[in-house]
Amino acid sequence: MTATETATDQRIITYNQAFNETLFQLMAEDEDIFVAGEDVGRYGGVFQSFAGLNAEYGDRRVVDTPIAEQAIVGLGIGAAAMGLRPVVDLMFMDFVMVAMDQIANQAAKMKYMFGGKAELPLTITTTGGAGLGAAAQHSQSLEAWLIHVPGLKLVFPSSPHDLKGLLTSCVRDNNPTIVTLHKAMLGTSGHVPEELYEIPLGKASVVQEGDDVTIVAIGRMVSVAQAAAKTLAEEGISVEIVDPRCLLPFDTDTVVESAKKTNRVVIVHEAVRNGGIGGEIAAQIQEFAFDYLDAPVARVGAPFSPVPFSPALESEYVPNPGSIADAVRGVLNR
Amino acid sequence: MATKKQPAKAAKQTKSASSSKIPKEVLLDLHRRMVRIRLLEEAAGRLATEARIPGFIHLYVGEEAVAAGGCAALTNEDQISSTHRGHGHLVAKGGQFKPMMAEFMGRATGYCKGKGGSMHISDLDLNMLGANGIVGAGVPIGVGAAFSNFYRDNGLVTMAFFGDGSTNIGAFHEGTNMACALGLPMVFMCENNEYAEYTARDRVMNITDVADRAVAYGMPGVVVDGMDVIAVYEAAQAAVARARAGEGPSMIECKTYRYYDHAGVSGIGKNYRSDEEVAAWKARDPIEMFEAQLSKARVLSKAAAKKIHDEINAELDEAIEWAEASPFPDPATDMLTDVYTEAS
Ligand SMILES: Cc1ncc(C[n+]2csc(CCOP(=O)(O)OP(=O)(O)O)c2C)c(N)n1
Ligand SMILES: [Mg+2]
Repeated sequence: MTATETATDQRIITYNQAFNETLFQLMAEDEDIFVAGEDVGRYGGVFQSFAGLNAEYGDRRVVDTPIAEQAIVGLGIGAAAMGLRPVVDLMFMDFVMVAMDQIANQAAKMKYMFGGKAELPLTITTTGGAGLGAAAQHSQSLEAWLIHVPGLKLVFPSSPHDLKGLLTSCVRDNNPTIVTLHKAMLGTSGHVPEELYEIPLGKASVVQEGDDVTIVAIGRMVSVAQAAAKTLAEEGISVEIVDPRCLLPFDTDTVVESAKKTNRVVIVHEAVRNGGIGGEIAAQIQEFAFDYLDAPVARVGAPFSPVPFSPALESEYVPNPGSIADAVRGVLNR
Repeated sequence: MATKKQPAKAAKQTKSASSSKIPKEVLLDLHRRMVRIRLLEEAAGRLATEARIPGFIHLYVGEEAVAAGGCAALTNEDQISSTHRGHGHLVAKGGQFKPMMAEFMGRATGYCKGKGGSMHISDLDLNMLGANGIVGAGVPIGVGAAFSNFYRDNGLVTMAFFGDGSTNIGAFHEGTNMACALGLPMVFMCENNEYAEYTARDRVMNITDVADRAVAYGMPGVVVDGMDVIAVYEAAQAAVARARAGEGPSMIECKTYRYYDHAGVSGIGKNYRSDEEVAAWKARDPIEMFEAQLSKARVLSKAAAKKIHDEINAELDEAIEWAEASPFPDPATDMLTDVYTEAS
């Protein structure tokens, strides 16, 4: 605990509560913020992430929308262009694809196409990730689709603390931002300060310092990497874990610095390995730290198939502490 | 033949089994399809509660008359497209309990080898184009199947099942318009259960009857009592006949209700529907009402109906036992198969 922290920093709440509380506080401080999405109003969201907002702020500011992902994002774009600060929800990250035109062709490009005039303080919230037996169309991690689009910003918080700070920064940012929650993390808990705070977009965090290998882990994979690091520590392997937190813009410096220190890197994400963000990160590391590398950068991700339903397949599909530890031993030639 | 949208109130009168000219075999077939769906779903709900079925399941209990009445108007070769709430559609199209239960449980012996689960359950051999995790996505896929019928001039018809909520998404409008513009042999079968997940229809639609939307695309739209299997069947027969005759698509809106939660048996919050509302719909249970009619018409006695339930339950018990004894898929060999069709 640092000197600037207070007793409230020790308060423990869940990832889902952090999301909910942050929206309450942001809406209280800024009358231009409204929330819209399927089931977010009266019911409080399918995961209860929006619970209580409609009762507090009413139908005008917490809008139940039809099932209409394109129109939900479009609503946000148009309202943002008129100066409001919309938070629109896409429930499951898989539905991002349904709204992809509005996100990638419209929201992301409007400012550029208009010669800089448009300002879109729009935030899209959604839940990604596998592990709940939700099968191929409700389990995907699609960050690689989104980081390919200039004009967007994308965060994938790995703890309740980061969720609050990143969500706050995204909502206050004057660009289209996407906040991806991991649906298997909603019930996980951690220390979260009560008052609002920002985590700068594009600033990674070193979750754990170490000497032998750097693991760059995204979203829920941060905690899985921590579990792997524990096992590896028992074998005498010291692991450093870097959580980019924000995938676009990406904090290349922190990752490269860590690579220069440990000389070995394993990148872990839940998305399909092929064409995943791991490839982009590996490319940046070799561009800026090639001479420091003692082994090729390794990537751990999902196999090249849709997310399978059967728990027998899904449990092997998602990277686990074992597969991450194996990759770390691999870059150490052990 | 119903070719005009009827006011919703007209649907409240239940068609009588005795007065209709429907042959006895068809009446018994409609009954059996409904009971098969009901009992499968009750069992699936139980198994999910006991964590013997993983993931999300969307139960069809309460809506049986729609799938049964719709599919009974089709031949085996006709196609259907479906939704996330797809178990009933598959059963009504001839789906077997063993591979269904095995699929729900993620076993290698399931209809989809455990890869799809409840939300993607399908059997193309039965011309069922799959349950679907994306709301509205089944509608355009159904349009494609109907186009193949038109293209081959094979006389087959496609029936797309969809919920009230799905009619708010672009895919629905694109699909229905295209089918009407191309004059495809198609029936759009709406299950209006008044809710999309936990949100009431009137919060997200400014119309009461989904069938009103048919007018916008130039097809007839009718409203029927979706708790009355005869009403659904007769409307479906008329629409299927029209499609088969090359006269284009029709829409049927079935007013119905799901008894359980959106997903699973009971969800996180119950505040979105009143107990009175649920009870009022259950008082018009499609199976109980039909059995009362069949008994009165001396088509099926109460004792004979019970025997059918018992037989189906025995078949289910056997299917559950078989499914639970079935192997899981093997990650080492099954993870990467079925992504592509191998060159032959
Ligand atoms: C494109 C898309 N948006 C949202 C969802 C989440 N979702 C699943 S079912 C559902 C409600 C569907 O309502 P309706 O079409 O009326 O079918 P019902 O569940 O009532 O049978 C929603 C919003 C989804 N699966 N796909
Ligand atoms: Mg509905």
